Amino acid sequence: MKPSRLQDGHQAFDPPAQSTMPTAQTFDAGEPLKEIVVRNNLAAAKLPEEAIMREVMAAGYGEEDAFAIKLSLEEAMTNAVRHGNRNDPDKRVVVRYRVTPQKTVITVRDEGGGFIPERVPDCTLPENIERPCGRGIMLMRAYMTEVSFNESGNEVILIKVNQS
Amino acid sequence: MPEQTTRVKVTKLGTLSLVQFADRKILDELAIQEIQDELLKLVTDRDDGNRLVLSFANVDHLSSAALGMLITLNKRVKEKKGTLKLSDIKPQIFEVFKITRLNKMFDIYDTLEQARASL
Repeated sequence: MKPSRLQDGHQAFDPPAQSTMPTAQTFDAGEPLKEIVVRNNLAAAKLPEEAIMREVMAAGYGEEDAFAIKLSLEEAMTNAVRHGNRNDPDKRVVVRYRVTPQKTVITVRDEGGGFIPERVPDCTLPENIERPCGRGIMLMRAYMTEVSFNESGNEVILIKVNQS
Repeated sequence: MPEQTTRVKVTKLGTLSLVQFADRKILDELAIQEIQDELLKLVTDRDDGNRLVLSFANVDHLSSAALGMLITLNKRVKEKKGTLKLSDIKPQIFEVFKITRLNKMFDIYDTLEQARASL
């Protein structure tokens, strides 16, 4: 048996390398981010989603903002599990987040090799419409205040400013 | 008689299938895979003349994986020379179609009645 890196569904990851750290303009100094590490499957992916949405609702976000965060998080988790970690059950997804009444910051990191966002095919082109392409990224960009990726392309940083 | 499955409610009127979604949120892939399986069964059961209307009246959330499922379904229906129409899409869901420009790919009607009348 391979030893699990999880302890009680939590932790055991090395601190992120410098390149995965949030940039100054995207993150405020403030409370540290909470971290949830889950196994690489879509059922486990629901755990951080539920935890974050509970905080979002409690922090007084409006329906539209909550919709945006939920949708984007779902897209990010699906991308991490399927595309980043390629459905590998031995891999993990690391979600870090901070919800304040002003702003929600979420990072989702997988253990894959990363991708180059600019090279994702444009799914609005007729020739790509039936291909799996960047539709999820497109939705995240439309719904969140800011969407960025770390240099290695295995972490997405989602920011939503509370507009209500 | 309406045919109740786990994820969708299907009412069959001859070769016409009226489909209503049971879930308010069509977000996660597990649910979407089940919906896709149920919907594809409606198509592969027939060799020709498939007519499907999907009502989104109950649906509040839709993800890109759900859009992918609709694209797959549309492709299958077209292969069988059938027609697929969508109706009752709430403004926030329609926005998802608009952002991804899929509103141009699908036949979308305001109401189920309008979608039926167009067939």
